Amino acid sequence: MSPILVAESAKPVVVAQRRSRTGYILLFPGLTWLAIFFAIPFVTLFMTSLQQPVPGKLGKYQAGFELSNYANAMAEYWPQFLRSFIYAGIATLLALVIAYPLAYFIAMKGGRWRPLLLVLVIAPSFASFLLRTYAWRTILADEGPITSFFNALHLLPDDRILNTGIAVVAGLTYNFLPFMILPLYAAIEKIDPRLIEASSDLYSSAATTLRKVTWPLSLPGVVAGTLLTFIPAAGDYINAELLGSTKDRMIGNVIQTNFIEFRDYPTASALSFVLMAVILVLVFTYIRRAGTEELL
Amino acid sequence: MEDLHLLNLTKKFGDVAAVDDLTLTIPAGSFFALLGASGCGKTTTLRMVAGLEDPTAGTIRIGAKDITNLRAFQRPVNTVFQSYALFPHLDIFENVAFGLRRRGVKDVKTPVNQMLELVELSALARRKPTQLSGGQQQRVAVARALINEPDVLLLDEPLGALDLKLRRQMQIELKRIQNEVGTTFVHVTHDQEEAMTMADTVAIMNAGRIEQMGNPATIYELPKTVFVANFLGQSNLITGTAQGRNGDDILVSAHGQTYAVPAARSTAAGDSIIVGVRPEKMTVLDAPDGHKAPASHNKILGRVTDVSYAGVSTQYLVRTPWEQELTVFEQNVIVGDRCSVGDEVLLHWAPEHTFGLDGKQDVHAGVAPEVLDLEAAALALEPRGE
Repeated sequence: MSPILVAESAKPVVVAQRRSRTGYILLFPGLTWLAIFFAIPFVTLFMTSLQQPVPGKLGKYQAGFELSNYANAMAEYWPQFLRSFIYAGIATLLALVIAYPLAYFIAMKGGRWRPLLLVLVIAPSFASFLLRTYAWRTILADEGPITSFFNALHLLPDDRILNTGIAVVAGLTYNFLPFMILPLYAAIEKIDPRLIEASSDLYSSAATTLRKVTWPLSLPGVVAGTLLTFIPAAGDYINAELLGSTKDRMIGNVIQTNFIEFRDYPTASALSFVLMAVILVLVFTYIRRAGTEELL
Repeated sequence: MEDLHLLNLTKKFGDVAAVDDLTLTIPAGSFFALLGASGCGKTTTLRMVAGLEDPTAGTIRIGAKDITNLRAFQRPVNTVFQSYALFPHLDIFENVAFGLRRRGVKDVKTPVNQMLELVELSALARRKPTQLSGGQQQRVAVARALINEPDVLLLDEPLGALDLKLRRQMQIELKRIQNEVGTTFVHVTHDQEEAMTMADTVAIMNAGRIEQMGNPATIYELPKTVFVANFLGQSNLITGTAQGRNGDDILVSAHGQTYAVPAARSTAAGDSIIVGVRPEKMTVLDAPDGHKAPASHNKILGRVTDVSYAGVSTQYLVRTPWEQELTVFEQNVIVGDRCSVGDEVLLHWAPEHTFGLDGKQDVHAGVAPEVLDLEAAALALEPRGE
């Protein structure tokens, strides 16, 4: 091959190489972040969950392969696990029931007030999560108006709300409501108003239009909102800690106590891992069934 | 089937009347076009008939039945929406079946399949709307509306989103479907060619009112207002004064020239009268051959300022001595030299092609604003007195 030909053919290759290198350089910060703050902790957590105690030294653990950590943790704490998912499930459902009409109203009838209404939805988040949850202690206090009202109707099994499961679920619902409203709003707002008109043109009453057009078209928002509510609610411990009694502890509380009080790192890690795995399985099944795979 | 009546229909948005005291009867089984520029109130009219907009005043009737206060879903009327508004979460079959299912029809399969056959989409029944081309989506929209056998089918700029070639094809297709089902079609469009080729009756709307209504050829040949003369096709309009009569013709003098306008073709009330003629009705002669023009014809002398050859025809712009630019279309049937820019020419046309309009109107009514700007710019740039 003549030198001229070599020179000509070499040039584009260099450009192509440089271009692909640019891609990697741009990916580097993200990948580094992912490695340091996700991959390494993930592996560490998994290793910790399999550690075994150092004999004779309380709170000291060494590397091992104790699969029994998982079995023991589950045997002991399965009621809290179950409770977490039930509380989170009820809270998610309640949040959906409250958020859907609200998001629908803001998106469809909000008009020029929409930005303000959305700010109002997020506004409470400017105050600390902890503070707002504490506030619920006052709202639901034993002599408070809400408790008195329900007591007058003899609707409360324990004659109180605070320090019961009801308070925990109420707190969860309240705290994660914005995460339900916002995706719902985004989905409903995106619906072409002409589809609603077309539906009413094709003999649907307002209720039928909601059932046959608006609801199915807002499903991506419903799925996103329920996930954004359910996942953090299932792992939450603040609400159970501040609003519930020891009988209402959720898995988050168990993990926290094991880590910080009992220093039982393997059990806490094993519980964290199981929580993660169960949520992943639930999420996948849910998305499959809702037919919204494009969200993944 | 029954006629659709609009009686004194008015729709105000704030202080602006989008539709202004409109009274109109659309005969059953007709293909009716509401033609107008955007913002003329045609879509608002359609939406009021569909029940998607509440009239401020007036009545809508189908036959003897007053439907003014019925909700959209209670009206025997269906709409083909602009850009179709097909339900993206349903497949084609379910989109078409939607109306039947809402009315509790048990067997939807047979009618839906028949309807898909009518619009030639049977093979695509299980596709989602996004998987279809624009033309196919358009036909689904028609099928979805027609399957309900409405008394009136409303079409809101149904072909607006299609490219030119497909639009021509769909015009023929829609016409065929209308012939086949015999339903009243009310078609809203800003495309005059579309309105003229498809509709049996065209109503030209301007500022919430109907300027003129009739079959397309009649309106084109004999516009009754300046707006119609300029909006539907093009017109050359010369303002003059009536100077008496010659038999059945009104003699109009303008810029030192006298034109004959058949009295039956004039809508002028007073002496001020606008003489109008369509560009293709005029003939161009080189000025030296001017004597060849028939004596009875109306004539104007001028100078050619522009020649555009467009295959089928040639468009001349001719500047009159009083600095008005006239447009002439001439069929390309002459062998040999055409006139060229700068030639002195004589324009002539038969009095029976002339129409007279009331002189109190703005001669630019109905001309697109951008065209007016261009004309003003051209006049300003033109070097004088060469």
